[in-house]
Amino acid sequence: MLRRRLNRLCGGDENRVDSRTIYVGHRPCPDTEAFIPSKFCDNRIVSSKYTVWNFLPKNLFEQFRRIANFYFLIIFLVQVIVDTPTSPVTSGLPLFFVITVTAIKQGYEDCLRHKADNEVNKYLVTVLEDDRSVKKESEKIKVGDVVEVVEDETFPCDLILLESSREDGTCFVTTASLDGESNHKTHYTVQDTEKDLQALTATIECEQPQPDLYKFVGRMHIYKAEQEPAVRSLGPENLLLKGATLKNTKKIYGVAVYTGMETKMALNYQGKSQKRSAVEKSINAFLLVYLCILISKAVVCTTLKYVWQSKEGQDEPWYNQKTQKEKDTNMYLKMFTDFLSFMVLFNFIIPVSMYVTVEMQKFLGSFFITWDKDFFDSEIEEGALVNTSDLNEELGQVEYVFTDKTGTLTQNNMEFIECCIDGFQYKHRDTQSEVDGFTMTDGVMNKLHQKAGQEKEELFLRALCLCHTVQVKEPGSKEALTDQVDGIDGILPQLEEERGFIASSPDEIALVKGAMKYGFTFLGLESKSMKIKNRENNIEEYKLLHVLNFDPVRRRMSVIVQTKSGETLLFCKGADSSIFPRVKPEEVDRIRMHVERNATEGYRTLCVAFKQLSAEEYAMADKGLSDARLALQDREEKLIAVYNQVETGMSLIGATAVEDRLQEEAAETMEALQGAGMKVWVLTGDKMETAKSTCYACRLFQRGTELLELTVRTLEDERLKRQEKLYELLQEYHRKAVQDAPPVKAGVTRSWSANQDYGFIIDGATLSLLMNPPLEADASQYKSLFLQICQNCTAVLCCRMAPLQKAQIVKMVKNSKGSPITLSIGDGANDVSMILEAHVGIGIKGKEGRQAVRNSDYAIPKLKHLKKLLLAHGHLYYVRIAHLVQYFFYKNLCFILPQFLYQFFCGCSQQPLYDAAYLTMYNICFTSMPILAYSLLEQHIDIEILLDNAALYREIANNAMLRWRPFLYWTVLGIFQGLLFFFGVRFLFSNPALQDNGQVFGNWSYGTIVFTVLVFTVTLKLALDTRHWTWINHFVIWGSLAFYVFFSFFWGGIIWPFLKQQRLYFVFANMLSSVSAWLVIIILILLSLLPEILLVVLRKPRGPHSRQKKPSQSNVGGNQSSQSSARPLLMRTFSDESNPVI
Amino acid sequence: MKNEEEASERPDNTAFTQQQLPAWQPVLSAGIIIPGFLIIGLAFLGIGIALFLTSQTIQVLEMDYTGVEKDSPCFRCTSPSNQTCTCEVTFSLSTLFTGPVFFYYGLSNYFQNFRKYGVSKDDYQLTGDTQYFKSPRDVCFPYAHDSKNNPIVPCGAIASSMFNDTFELYQIINGTKKKVPLDGKGISWWTDYNIKYRNPLPVNGSFASAFDGTVKPINWPKAAYELDLTDPNNNGFLNQDFLVWMRRAALPQFRKLYRRITEGDYATGLPAGNYSLTVYYNYPVLSFDGRKKVVFSNVSWMGGKNDFLGIAYLVVGSLCVVMSVVMLIVYAKFKFSDDDDA
Repeated sequence: MLRRRLNRLCGGDENRVDSRTIYVGHRPCPDTEAFIPSKFCDNRIVSSKYTVWNFLPKNLFEQFRRIANFYFLIIFLVQVIVDTPTSPVTSGLPLFFVITVTAIKQGYEDCLRHKADNEVNKYLVTVLEDDRSVKKESEKIKVGDVVEVVEDETFPCDLILLESSREDGTCFVTTASLDGESNHKTHYTVQDTEKDLQALTATIECEQPQPDLYKFVGRMHIYKAEQEPAVRSLGPENLLLKGATLKNTKKIYGVAVYTGMETKMALNYQGKSQKRSAVEKSINAFLLVYLCILISKAVVCTTLKYVWQSKEGQDEPWYNQKTQKEKDTNMYLKMFTDFLSFMVLFNFIIPVSMYVTVEMQKFLGSFFITWDKDFFDSEIEEGALVNTSDLNEELGQVEYVFTDKTGTLTQNNMEFIECCIDGFQYKHRDTQSEVDGFTMTDGVMNKLHQKAGQEKEELFLRALCLCHTVQVKEPGSKEALTDQVDGIDGILPQLEEERGFIASSPDEIALVKGAMKYGFTFLGLESKSMKIKNRENNIEEYKLLHVLNFDPVRRRMSVIVQTKSGETLLFCKGADSSIFPRVKPEEVDRIRMHVERNATEGYRTLCVAFKQLSAEEYAMADKGLSDARLALQDREEKLIAVYNQVETGMSLIGATAVEDRLQEEAAETMEALQGAGMKVWVLTGDKMETAKSTCYACRLFQRGTELLELTVRTLEDERLKRQEKLYELLQEYHRKAVQDAPPVKAGVTRSWSANQDYGFIIDGATLSLLMNPPLEADASQYKSLFLQICQNCTAVLCCRMAPLQKAQIVKMVKNSKGSPITLSIGDGANDVSMILEAHVGIGIKGKEGRQAVRNSDYAIPKLKHLKKLLLAHGHLYYVRIAHLVQYFFYKNLCFILPQFLYQFFCGCSQQPLYDAAYLTMYNICFTSMPILAYSLLEQHIDIEILLDNAALYREIANNAMLRWRPFLYWTVLGIFQGLLFFFGVRFLFSNPALQDNGQVFGNWSYGTIVFTVLVFTVTLKLALDTRHWTWINHFVIWGSLAFYVFFSFFWGGIIWPFLKQQRLYFVFANMLSSVSAWLVIIILILLSLLPEILLVVLRKPRGPHSRQKKPSQSNVGGNQSSQSSARPLLMRTFSDESNPVI
Repeated sequence: MKNEEEASERPDNTAFTQQQLPAWQPVLSAGIIIPGFLIIGLAFLGIGIALFLTSQTIQVLEMDYTGVEKDSPCFRCTSPSNQTCTCEVTFSLSTLFTGPVFFYYGLSNYFQNFRKYGVSKDDYQLTGDTQYFKSPRDVCFPYAHDSKNNPIVPCGAIASSMFNDTFELYQIINGTKKKVPLDGKGISWWTDYNIKYRNPLPVNGSFASAFDGTVKPINWPKAAYELDLTDPNNNGFLNQDFLVWMRRAALPQFRKLYRRITEGDYATGLPAGNYSLTVYYNYPVLSFDGRKKVVFSNVSWMGGKNDFLGIAYLVVGSLCVVMSVVMLIVYAKFKFSDDDDA
C-alpha cells in the first residue's frame, strides 16, 4: 500500500497494471487462474498529519524548517559552544517557549482531525460475509466486500450496484455532497445479478482509480454453473460513489471496487498543504533585510575590532591581559568566534518573540470570529468556526472570491411564487386559504379582484400538474398514505404537505407543489396514467401518451395526454423565448408583461401553452415520434424535428414564476464584495442557464453587463472546428474586454460610470479544451488570453465544473501575475478541492454535509456573514497584524542600535549595553503586552463604518501596510530613535558625576538610562498609534510601564544568590535619585516622539476633512447601495437568454 | 438543561466578545496640540534656563598630570625605571572655589568597559566568602594565580588594575605648605559600601589571617587587608577607593571621585591662592596612550558641570514653542478654508 501511494505521489504509473480484478464477495471463480487475493488499500480516510509516534520528530522538523526558528536554534547553539557575551538562556528560553506553544497548537488541531477521521472510519456498516450480515467498521471494508446500504445513508466506498430493493433494479442517489447537484440520479443494477446474491460468483475488471466522477469503465464476468461466463459491461450508471447518499430506495447491495484513499471522492481531495499568509511572506522578506543588517553590523564590528587592536598597546593593555589559551588560539578562529559573538550580541534585532506574539495574536484573535454573535445562526444554533487561525489577516487582502452556487449563493430551494393566467396575476401568499390566494390581483392591469375564467384557471393548473417528469416519492414507513389520499378531507392537506416528489430539476417540483396550493394535486404516475386530484377532490386520470423531453436547445418540454373523454391534449412549458413564437401572437402581449416583470425580479419564468390535437394530428405525431425513436442515425435531429412540428399553433394559457431562493442578503453581500474591490467568480457544477439567472439575481451581472460566452454552444460553428472557434472567440473577447477597454485604475473594478461592464461565462468542457488543447503549444497562450479577459470582467461564471476543475481555475488565478489573494467559499464536498486550493477557504455550514466545513479555514453559517468576515474582521486583522509586525521590527531596531553604537566606545569588545535580564525581558515582558493588546483590540475605524463603506477595504489592498515604503518609514524611525537614545545619554555621560553628592555613574547606569528611555518611548509610541483605548489598552500600556519600573526596583533591590554578578544592584534606584537622569529621560522620550506627534499634527489639516468625510462617505455609500439595490430591481430587464428554462 | 446547552452554543453577548468595549478614541485636535506644545515648550525653556544657569555656576579645574610634555612637572615619573616617584603640580585660584569641592581623578583611553575586563572579578570573593579565596572563578584568569600558583585575592583584572596614584593637596600660604584635609568617606555608592561588598570575617581576631594562603594582586603595592591600616572600616574590600574603582566606567574617558574637601578651613571651599598637589605617581598609562588628570569641581542639584542638558532643553523648548506658533498659523488658515468649504 505504501508503494502504491508512493507511486501515486511520484506519478509513476509504469509499474501499475491498467485494470484491477475484483472477486465479488471474495469468492474464487472456477474458471480463472488461481484465486489471488490482491492487495488494495483499506477503506480508511486519513486527513490527519501526525500520529502519536511521529508527532515529535515530524513536528520539530516542520517547525525548524521555518527560517526564523532555525535561526534561533543556530544562535542558541552558538551561545552554548562559543564564549559569548550573553548566556544561552537568553535565547534558549524564548525558543523553547515558541516551539512548545506551536507544537501544542498543532497537536491540538491534528487531534481534531483524527477525531473527524475516526467518525468516518469507525462508522458501522453492514457487510455480507459468508451468507450472513456482519456489522463492520467502515475502515475495515475491503475491495470485494458486498456492502448493504439503507436509505439516507451515504455509501462508505465506491460500490458497483448489485441489488436494489426496488423492483426495477434501480436506485436513487443524490450526489449533492460530491458535485453539488441535489437532484436524484438513477443508478442501475448490473443485469442478471439482482437475484440470488449469495450464490453469485463473479469477477469485476475495472480501471484503476481515477478522479473523474463521471467516468467509469469496467466489465463483470458472471459465472454460472455449467454455463459460459456471462459478460456485462459496467459504466458510471452502475457505480455508486462514496459520499453520495441513497434516496428513495430502502436498501441496496453493492460490491466495493474502490476503497479509502482510492475512492473517487478521496481522489478529488487535494493534499492538505500548509497555507501561508501573504503577511508571513512579508515578514520573511523583512527578516532577510534585518538579517543583512545584523550580519553587516557583526562584520563591521569584527573588522573594527581588529583594526583597533592592531594599534600599539590597544590589543592587550597591561590591565587586561589575555590568558595563555587565548593567545594560542588561531587568529582566524578568533575572528570567527568574535563574529559569532557579535551575532549573538545583536541577535535580538530579529525579534524572536514576534513569532510568539503573532501566533498568540492569531490564536486569540480568531476567538473574536467565533464569538461574534452576528455570525450566529439561530436556525442551526451555531456560529462561525475557525479551523486555521493562521489566515486571519488574509481575510483583509482578498482580491478574488470564488463562490459555489448551489447552497452558497442560493438556498437550492425552489419556491413557487406566482403565476399568471390569461393575463391575470395570481400571487400565492400563504397556504391557509385558497380564496385569499386568489384575491391578489394584478395591479398593473388595474383590474382589481378580477380573475380569469374558471375554465382557463383549471386548464392552467391541469397543465402544471401534467406537464412534467416528476415522480412521487414512495412513502417509506407510511405505507398507507396513498390509500388515505381519497379519505377524509380534514387530514388531506397535511398529508399532502408531506408528500415528497422526486424530479431531475427542483423547478418541476416547485411547479407541481404550486399547483397543489391551488387545489390540483398530482398523485402519481401508474402504468402510463397520471392521476390528478382536482379542486372538488375528484380524481382525474389522464393517459400519458408521449413526453417530449426537455433539452437546453429547445428549452421547452411537452407532454401529450389523453383525457378520459378521449380528447388528446398537448401541454407545453418552456422559456418565453421558445414559447412565444409558437403561440398565437395576440395572446402573447397579455402575458409578456408579466413574464418580463417576473424575470426582472430574478424569478425563473416559464410559459405554459396547450393545444388540442385532433385525431389525425395525433396519429401523425405519434407516427413521427415512433419512427424517429427507432431511427439508428441522427436520432436526435429527427426527434427534434418532430417535436418542433408538433409544438406549433398552441395557445398560451399562462406563465409561472419560480424563485430559486437566494441566500439571505446574497446580492448585498456580493455587491459589498465588489465594492470592496474583489472580483467574484461563480464556479458551479450546475447548468449554465440556472447559474446565469442566479448571477443576475445576485447582481453579479447587471442590466448593462455584456456577457462574453465561451461555452459548448457558442463553440458550435459549421465553418470551424471547435478548437479554431475557441481561439477566434478568445481573440474577439480579448479585443473587446482588454484592448478596447479604457485603462482601469488599479483596485477599482466596478465603477458606476458609463464604462462597459463585461461578464464572462465559460463551461467545464470548454475550460478543459482551453486548459488542455490538442496542441500543447497553445496552452499558455490560451490561458493568458483567458486570464486577461477574466481580469477585465466584473464577474465570471464558470458552470458545469468538476470539483477538480474548480481547483484548477483557482490555481490558475492564484499563480497569475501579481499572485492575487484568492478566497473560495462553498458548502459541499464538491467545493473541497477549491477550498483547499485557494489562499483562504471558507465553508458554509449548509445542508450538504460537513465536508466543506471540515476542510475549510473558516466556516460560517450563511453567505451573508462573509461580508462582515471580510470587511470588518479581515480588515481589522490585517491592520492589526501589519502594525504588529512593523512595530516589532521597529522596537527591536531601536533596542539593539544603541548596543551596536556602544561597541565603538568599548573597543568593540562585545560588551553588552544592557543587563542580561533586560535583554531577555525586553521582548517578553516589557514591550510585548501592549502590542498584543493593540493587535487584538485596535479598531482604527469603527466596525459599523467598515461595514457601510466597502471601499475602505481597498485602502489596505495589495498588502499596503507591509510594503517597502512603510517598512522604510518604520526602520528610519527606529534608527532615529536608537541614535537619539545612545548619543543623548552619551553626551550626558561626558561628565558621569550626575548626582548631587558628586558620585559617579558606571556603565550599567548608562545602559539602564538608555533602556528606560527605550521602554518608555516604544510603549508611548504605541500609545500614540492606538486609536481605540479600551480599559484593557490602558491597563496594559500603563501596566507595562509600571511593571518595568517595579521590576527594575525589584531586580536591583536584592542581592540575587543565583547570580554570579550583582551588577545591577541598586543601579536603577540610584539612577532615579539623580535629577539629571530624570531630565535626560524626559527630554529624550519627548524628542523621540516629536516627529511622530508632528506627523499626526501635520496630517491634521486633512484630519477634519477626512473625519467629516467619513460619515458623509458612509452616507454616500449607503445611498449608493440603496440606490443600487433599488435600481436594478426597477430597471433591469433580462435578455432573452437570461430567462432560465426549467 | 436544554436551555443551558443552547446558551453555551450561542456566543456570549458581552461587550468584550463582540469587540464593543467602550473605548476612548483620542483625537489629537489642534485645540489640544497647540496649547500642549506651548506649555511643554515653555516648561522646557524654563528648565533649560535653570539648567544652563546652574551649569554655568559650577566651577571646574582640570589638570593633566600624565607628564607627556617634557616641561610638565611629572615628566620624570614617566620613565619606567623610576619606581617610586613623586611630582608636584602647582596651581593658583583667583577666586574662592566654593565648597564642598570634589576631587576627581580622570583617565582617558582607558577601557574599563572591555567585556573580558568587566567580567573579570569574583563577586563571591568580594562578599567575603573565604571559600572562594582558594579557587577563584575562571573569569579571573589570567589574574587568578601568581607565578607560584598561589590564588590572588581579590582576583581578576578590575581589582588588579586598581588606580593607585595618591595625592596630597597643600595650600601654599606665604611659602609654607598647609595641608588641605581630604575626606575619603562617602565617595562610593552607599549600597556598595554597606551591602554589596563585604569583608571576610577576621580569623582568630586578625583580619589579615583571613587572607592566609592567598597573595595580593600582582600590581598592588600592598595586600587588600593593608589598604587602609588606619581605619578598619575603610580596609579590605570596603576600601572606598577600591569600591569606586570596581564600579566600571561607561566610557573610555572617565573620571572617578577621589576625595571630598569638606573639613576644617576648607569646608566652605578652597580660598583664592596658590596650591600644590603632590602626586605619588605609580599608575602607568603611557603604554596604551592614556592620560591622567585631576579634576576639582563643585556640584549642584544636577550633579557636575554639564552644559549639554541645559542646551538640549533650551533647543527642544524653543522648538516646541516655534512649532506651536506655526501650527497656530496653519490651523487658523485651514480653519478658515474649512469654513469656506462649509
